[in-house]
Amino acid sequence: MKFQKKHFERRHIVELVIKTIMRLALFIVAGTLGLILWTIISRGLPSLSWEMVSQVPKGGYYMGKDGGILNAIIGSAYLATGGTLLAMILSVPIALYLKAYLGKSRWGDYVRLSLDVLWGIPSIVYGAFGFALMVLLGMRASLLAGIIVLALVELPIMTRAMDEVIRRMPSDLEHAALALGSTKFEVAINIITRQMLPGIITAILLAFGRGIGDAASVLFTAGYTDRIPTSLMNPTASLPLAVFFQLGSPYPEVRERGYAAALILTIAVLLVSFGSRWLAARLNRYTIK
Amino acid sequence: MNNTHIQVKNLNAYYGKQHALKDINIEIPKNQITVIMGPSGCGKTTLLKTFNRFFELNENVNLTGEVLVDGENIYDPNVDVTEVRKVVGLLAQRPTPLPMSIYDNIAYGMRIHQMKKDRAAYKKSVRHYLEIAGLWEEVHKRMHDPATSLSIGQQQRLCLARGLAVEPEIILGDEPTSALDPISSQNIESRLLELKKDYTIVIVTHTLRQAKRLADHVIYMYLGEVAEAGPAHEVFTNPKHERTKQYLEGLF
Repeated sequence: MKFQKKHFERRHIVELVIKTIMRLALFIVAGTLGLILWTIISRGLPSLSWEMVSQVPKGGYYMGKDGGILNAIIGSAYLATGGTLLAMILSVPIALYLKAYLGKSRWGDYVRLSLDVLWGIPSIVYGAFGFALMVLLGMRASLLAGIIVLALVELPIMTRAMDEVIRRMPSDLEHAALALGSTKFEVAINIITRQMLPGIITAILLAFGRGIGDAASVLFTAGYTDRIPTSLMNPTASLPLAVFFQLGSPYPEVRERGYAAALILTIAVLLVSFGSRWLAARLNRYTIK
Repeated sequence: MNNTHIQVKNLNAYYGKQHALKDINIEIPKNQITVIMGPSGCGKTTLLKTFNRFFELNENVNLTGEVLVDGENIYDPNVDVTEVRKVVGLLAQRPTPLPMSIYDNIAYGMRIHQMKKDRAAYKKSVRHYLEIAGLWEEVHKRMHDPATSLSIGQQQRLCLARGLAVEPEIILGDEPTSALDPISSQNIESRLLELKKDYTIVIVTHTLRQAKRLADHVIYMYLGEVAEAGPAHEVFTNPKHERTKQYLEGLF
């Protein structure tokens, strides 16, 4: 009888209650994700066709006639890729500088604080800021303006995500390179980026995900058009806005296409996500575990 | 001492307010193995890390005094710290291979210092230093495998080869065998005994038996001070200080 379960002891009841709450929370989150996927798949899949991903809107498309959203697919690919590349050009040096030179200093904390504040700013504010800047410069809504604003939206996420990853760099490894007479810059370029490459790729991906899904920042800055942009100065469509405009339509078949556009957006994010994970795993060969 | 390689003059080191090294004045002879001994927390590793300017990698530290390598103060403001660390190599407590292949681990240091002209020269040197570290036979068929695929003992010999490849004059060892199994430890020890004809070696150890096997010269530290320093046979057979005597007898 010594080991008999005592079900009604207080600490066992507490554990049971807490465990139930945790499971419930997990279920709510997983269930919501499932519902989202089910909604866009069940409503979007029937309208998804080859025509939709291979053609630009024709006359009357927004009233349910022929055409597709190739303009938005290409537009989003340009915008998100451009924005991510631009953000990367700035993020990687900032993150490495934070690690190699600022470290845990007061200045490092200031930089991190400003990035966190920037992260918290809603993207519509970035959009408005970008728009104000464009008015000032006499620019019109264009791919270039959209890319710049998206880069600003992505920058804090990418930099902080990289920073958090790079901070976990084992100091032993850094010291090993310093002991051979490396400069801090050589440590940053040769050792930190190699060791932390999978994490850096994840950070870039996170930022890309936000960039490709962001509607508010490109609304005023990139505009919307039925044509595929041929220059950086052309306005361009984007997938989030394609979803937004079509869902707001009074025509049911156009609304269905809105769900199909959302499905395309989701698939695009998934593809990029799996692709970069695969890449990270392959580049992972030499990292120290 | 005629052939002094490292000379420490009035060295004081502080971690914040903690006075870690107190007025150190010692000389370390060339082409010998000097062993720094003492109980935990006595400042052995701190002293060692002032020799390659690793002490300053800690935060909130302060240092006064001089460390002269071949008569040149390495704490002079005009000194290039990367040159100091090239001349004064370090073998760490635990093996820390770099996140690259076995080959690149050895070639890395030579590359950053641009020591060789072409690929063939790098290849030749990589082989040379792997041979010195007694690792060539074991790894020459898998040079492009990750360094982490080696055993811990092999990794430490890789680190030794990597350190030698930048052509240092002094090798520091911070308890370099403490993470290794007995056979690997013995292997490293015999490498060090061979290497002392070409290099000055300074080792921190907390095992008395290892100290006796390796030491030509001994520095015994206690509470941040050098309690005793001198040729190994003198310190071991006839310690002048009560503390050293007690330590050697295993009283603490």
